[in-house]
Amino acid sequence: MAVFVFIEHREGKLMDISFEALSAAQKLNDEVIAVLSGENVGDLAEKVVKYADKVIVVDDPKIDTNNEAYTRVLDELIKKEMPKVVIMGHTSMGMDIAPAVAIDLGLPIATDVVKISKDGNIKVTRSIHNGKVLADYYLKDAETYIITIRTGEFSAEELSEKNGKIERVDSPLKEEITNKKFVGFVQPEVGGVDITQADILVSVGRGIKDKENIPLVEELAKIMGGVLSCSRPIVDYGWLPKERQVGTSGKTVKPKLYLALGISGAFQHVAGMKGANMIVAVNKDPKAPIFSVAQYGIVDDVLKVIPALTQKIKEIKG
Amino acid sequence: MDIIVSVRKVPDTAEADVMVEKSGKDIEKSRLTFTINEWDNYAVEEAIQLKEKYGGTVTVITVGPKDVEDILRRSLAMGADKAIRVDMEDPEDAYTLANILSAVIKNQKFDLVLFGAQSGDFNRGVTGVLVARMLGITHAAMVNGIEVLDGSIKASRELEGGLNEVYDIKLPALFTIQTGINEPRYVSISGIRKARKKPLEVLTPSDLGIGSIEPMVRLDKMYLPPPGKLAEFIGGSTEEAAAKLASILKGKGVL
Repeated sequence: MAVFVFIEHREGKLMDISFEALSAAQKLNDEVIAVLSGENVGDLAEKVVKYADKVIVVDDPKIDTNNEAYTRVLDELIKKEMPKVVIMGHTSMGMDIAPAVAIDLGLPIATDVVKISKDGNIKVTRSIHNGKVLADYYLKDAETYIITIRTGEFSAEELSEKNGKIERVDSPLKEEITNKKFVGFVQPEVGGVDITQADILVSVGRGIKDKENIPLVEELAKIMGGVLSCSRPIVDYGWLPKERQVGTSGKTVKPKLYLALGISGAFQHVAGMKGANMIVAVNKDPKAPIFSVAQYGIVDDVLKVIPALTQKIKEIKG
Repeated sequence: MDIIVSVRKVPDTAEADVMVEKSGKDIEKSRLTFTINEWDNYAVEEAIQLKEKYGGTVTVITVGPKDVEDILRRSLAMGADKAIRVDMEDPEDAYTLANILSAVIKNQKFDLVLFGAQSGDFNRGVTGVLVARMLGITHAAMVNGIEVLDGSIKASRELEGGLNEVYDIKLPALFTIQTGINEPRYVSISGIRKARKKPLEVLTPSDLGIGSIEPMVRLDKMYLPPPGKLAEFIGGSTEEAAAKLASILKGKGVL
């Protein structure tokens, strides 16, 4: 029995999630077959094969960079090799491809999985209801299961070396994809602030309640000698620009101090800031997931804590 | 452009104390409040903005018992023209739900179908693309920008790290919508009252010719996460806690 791992890469670089998916696959103790498809991906195969028993390489300019092409190639490879499990990231790309493969081949799919176990059948664990509940699911008996894994849940540091073989196969893609054409990447706008360079980040989330309260946090950041950053909802509401966003869809930061104010700590946010030296969280919900990554916590309304803290720090700094 | 939007009513668990029922099959819902799924609200807004710009109709659909109708009324108040509810309990898995939704959609006239990219309760992020594939139409997941061209749409997809990618997608198509694509409008109580006259159709699974569907994924049990390492909590009044935190920060040399 084999486990397929879909290798995600972008602009010539392997994505971290590919190694996390390899790690998830290795834990199943079966043959690990990595699927590496795209245009000019040969160089990447050397890096992937280190952790796989086999890398299937499909090099085809018609694939890059088109998710429909990736889907059809994966469909054909699954039909041919009949792996027991196909693992890919629950990333933007995984969300575009995995469900399509499941329907194309009539296979069960479980997404955003945090744990995979073999309990007779394949059992997956998912984190639901804002991370407050875990749930175990069984997948219907099938030849193959499609599983997408949550970013940051399967550690690439636990990978063991396999140094398998690289197998190049002809592309099963017969024609160009015309209904879904890749136009191009749009790089994030570069503004005046680079939050990744700050030693102290004072970061706000939904708990701030109103745009009118942003200046309060700005003042605190200034007094602390830090820079203002935020979680996703604040950017979604248009209260702060995208360049201030911490998390998987924003920036990954590693400041000396990360002060999370009214941020619940969704895993997408935590993935972007867990590398901080010191994390302090203020949230009125004592069960907010942010408190499990923070070293210090205050359970209170941020709108009360912010002015109080600003005042105390002013006093300390004289 | 005729647009169908799939919406879902979800419990608001962000700041709530969530408990699991004794059966282990669901959370205790009696003390929770319910709202339209945040991603779906952006999808409804996007559909209405497209209608306002290019004409056409917006139909909102959902699956659930009668008490989910308030999110349909809310969407009608935002500017949708018509609503459809399939009268049944929320199906156990996304595959079953996708079968029902695609049965509804295929009987409608549409150019574009919008879903939320995920839902705040189960965050499966899968139903929309399953439906697209069942209908045999082109899809794009995690869409955060739409530009209408002649017979196609330029859709921007959100990738990681702030990067976007743009696809040119032929219609008919299905997109799953990411939050932040627009600013959803405010819905007033009087607006909801006025929208009461708009049509809300109720269908049963048998109206759709749907018999029993075998789920692809079955829930075994729900449980609370084991208590992990937690922050050291700083207690006292707001003033006291702020003072203690300030002195800790000074002590650690970060101030």
